[in-house]
Amino acid sequence: MLSQESLQEIDREIAKYPPDQTQSAVMAALRIAQVEKGWLPKELIEFVARYLGMPPIAAFEVASFYNMYDLAPVGRHKITVCTNLPCALSGGVHAADYIKEKLGIDFNETTPDGKFTLKEGECMGACGDAPVLLVNNHHMCSWMTTEKIDQMLAELDKK
Amino acid sequence: MLEIEIDGKQVQVNDGSTVIEAAAVAGSYIPHFCYHKKLSIAASCRMCLVQVEKAPKPLPACATPVTNGMKVWTHSELAVKAQKGVMEFLLINHPLDCPICDQGGECQLQDLAVGYGSTASRYQEEKRVVFNKNLGALVSTDMTRCINCTRCVRFTTEIAGEMELGQAFRGEHAEIMPFIEKTVDSELSGNIIDLCPVGALTSKPFRFAARTWELSRRKSVSPHDSLGANLIVQTKHDVVKRVLPFENEDVNECWLSDKDRFSYEALSSEQRLGAPMIRQGGQWKQVDWQAALEFVATGLRGVERDHGAASIGALASPHATVEELYLLQKLMRGLGSENIDFRLREVDFRADGKRAGAPWLGMPIAGVKDLTRLLVVGSFLRKDAPLLAQRVRQAAKKGLHVSAIGPNAEEWLLPVRNRALVAPSAMVATLGQVVVALAKEKGAEVSVALLGKLPETVSDEALAIAQSLASGRKVAVWLGNLAVQHARASELQMLAQEIARLTDGSFGFIGEAANSVGGYLAGAVPGAGGLNAAAMIEQPRAAYVTLNLEPDLDLANPAAAMAALDGAQLVVALTSFDSPSLRQVADVMLPIAPFTETSGTFVNCEGRAQSFTAVAKPFADVRPGWKVLRVLGNLLALEGFAHADSEAVRAEALAGDLASRLDNGVEGIVVSSATGPAGVLERVADVPIHFADPIARRAPSLQKTRDAAAPTARIAPATLAALGLAAGDRVRVAQGTASVELVAQADDGLAAGCVRVAAAHPSTAALGAMSGDLSVERA
Ligand code: SF4
Ligand code: FES
Ligand code: FES
Repeated sequence: MLSQESLQEIDREIAKYPPDQTQSAVMAALRIAQVEKGWLPKELIEFVARYLGMPPIAAFEVASFYNMYDLAPVGRHKITVCTNLPCALSGGVHAADYIKEKLGIDFNETTPDGKFTLKEGECMGACGDAPVLLVNNHHMCSWMTTEKIDQMLAELDKK
Repeated sequence: MLEIEIDGKQVQVNDGSTVIEAAAVAGSYIPHFCYHKKLSIAASCRMCLVQVEKAPKPLPACATPVTNGMKVWTHSELAVKAQKGVMEFLLINHPLDCPICDQGGECQLQDLAVGYGSTASRYQEEKRVVFNKNLGALVSTDMTRCINCTRCVRFTTEIAGEMELGQAFRGEHAEIMPFIEKTVDSELSGNIIDLCPVGALTSKPFRFAARTWELSRRKSVSPHDSLGANLIVQTKHDVVKRVLPFENEDVNECWLSDKDRFSYEALSSEQRLGAPMIRQGGQWKQVDWQAALEFVATGLRGVERDHGAASIGALASPHATVEELYLLQKLMRGLGSENIDFRLREVDFRADGKRAGAPWLGMPIAGVKDLTRLLVVGSFLRKDAPLLAQRVRQAAKKGLHVSAIGPNAEEWLLPVRNRALVAPSAMVATLGQVVVALAKEKGAEVSVALLGKLPETVSDEALAIAQSLASGRKVAVWLGNLAVQHARASELQMLAQEIARLTDGSFGFIGEAANSVGGYLAGAVPGAGGLNAAAMIEQPRAAYVTLNLEPDLDLANPAAAMAALDGAQLVVALTSFDSPSLRQVADVMLPIAPFTETSGTFVNCEGRAQSFTAVAKPFADVRPGWKVLRVLGNLLALEGFAHADSEAVRAEALAGDLASRLDNGVEGIVVSSATGPAGVLERVADVPIHFADPIARRAPSLQKTRDAAAPTARIAPATLAALGLAAGDRVRVAQGTASVELVAQADDGLAAGCVRVAAAHPSTAALGAMSGDLSVERA
């Protein structure tokens, strides 16, 4: 279900924990699986769970708890805007509204061309940089004014 | 010991106690939802907040350890304010639908809301809605009512042994669910209904059937497995509506298996026999009791006159009560026949006459927690004895090492450290190897009786088991149903006895049924010159009396049993159900009461005699079995059938000190180290949990569970390949001239060369013995 590279990467994570506690690697393993497949279908969660020797529902608890795991397919670029309180006070919600308007989608929706998905995020620990957003879980963008959002979307659109 | 003052009262509690436990000792009630004495601490509901001296904030009593000299107030202003606050939060999302909720009247949240809730809610916003989940045929869900205490999650994980439920998502979106589209399939699943403090998880069969306050309740005892779980049976207008556990720490704790809990549905099955029936000229006719009993008495006397008393045989179910079994054997002996047996699925009776007493578990059930080593020989432990397995599971967490010998290695949801996966024909030799290795480990001699009878070489598996046992402080060996039904059962018993001797431990039998011990105590076994259950079938009798059994499902060799009964001149069936196979072979069917409609006694595997009384009036024209037998005794003009009530029968049957009559000791069995011929396929027969007795197999909801799935021909993958078959193929499984068609299934928990074909199921009833050779080919 996963490539040899991903499995090796998961094995490296497992090796960080005592042999009888392989399930400690669940967060890393789900992350690796998601990077390869784009999102986490239930079969994939079950596969990861069995790989780690833990009950599938326990892996699902983790996958559904953290909002950086995607339980449904997302577009090529997933934009997660922080709307928690400090960001909300410094334009986070406006930034999100602006993206919604520009892309014509709401939170948890994907543009018809499959390019963009918009998500509402939780505090990213960068409240001072508000508004902040995250592209595809791994790329953090700070001080996202409307100009910078325009620029970012234009760049992503080309990719 | 620690000193603690609770609400001004000084109490002493054990080190490590929590405040909520101490409060129980002090007699102070602390409101709570997520806390449960048998589960781990979650401290998620916060209902148990109390005031603790020097603590700046209220603390959760369930998660606060007692310290010496601690002072706690459970009902102070601060505590009550905190508790009320929590209640207000809990009610924010809880629907106000008590009038249509099945939990109404027995809901912890409803009760506590009366004490701690306010009359009106300050919450104006939207309430959350959670979609219901399909947990299977037994548990119904209304998940919007869930307060996320996680008791159900902890139960499946900790007690049932497999996390089948979890709390997915987060915060206000958190919901309890099984893994997507899975159901809860544990054989203990019904307990989550009791645990759920609200109406989120309720009983599916009981759904909307009655209100709790309309039900009358009586204590009873489960008629199914050998544990004898204590029940509260609830009835409305003499119909059993629900069964709940009656807490008995020594037996079932606060749990029930699903079979104990949901089998009651069969009691109102359409197949209940409501009136005596006689077959005349090939037609079944309903008759009155007088006519039926006279027919029986005349018939039995007739056979006795024409063929002698020894031509009459009695076969009784091990699920029958002590009273019934006792009177039946008394009746037979009164007639002059020693042919009586209740060990219907056993085939090796060499130990008869060589036993020191009635076979039993050899230790108290509650003693499981003190064991350090356990060897289970030939058992489907988890499905055959769900709550005993549960105890082993808990003990294994505290350091009990479990080993197993047998052809089956299905999942028990507990760690089995050493296992010898061997075909039935190799079990005796393997156990013999364990004895040899164990003697060596212990530097002891094997008993004279076994000298020269044991194998010379010891397999690695047997050695590992022996080493495990040798290092134990408190050791037990249990012989399971497969060992008891084994063709060389008495040799296994001899060897288990030897292991117990060498380890200074105990050995015993898990027991097949509610009265597997009681049957011996009641004397329902053949005496000198009598025929045992197998012999009565092999040497057909002219007349049979059967007690609560179905000949095609409850005997070791159903095909042979049907043939023997079919050929008999007279078959008298005392039965609760109008069974199709009895219709086929019987001449009279007498409707007798199931456990809910009669008083009676079961003696469980630890030798505990548990009596119960009827909880409902008998259905239609049904009568208690013991009364029917008493009247028959009188009609036959036999001595000693004047019992006024069932207690009198019990007093006679179980006279004296019961404990002194329990003894697993056996002597004079010749043990051989021979194994079966190579190259043959051997049958391994389990009795599926929900088919083990006539009641369970008629309970509709149980029949919808995964455990009741139609049996397949389970074969080890290598053996399957060697046979040129693939999983999913339709195969013809043949034993002698009998054969049935099944689907082949690969089972890597099965010894090579074995085919696991369940017994006690209509789809396999045409087959012969539960053990022995069979052949498998593509159908
Ligand atoms: S379903 Fe019942 S037992 Fe399970 S978490 Fe919800 S309230 Fe608790
Ligand atoms: S609130 Fe947005 S980063 Fe902290
Ligand atoms: S009972 Fe203590 S927090 Fe739930």
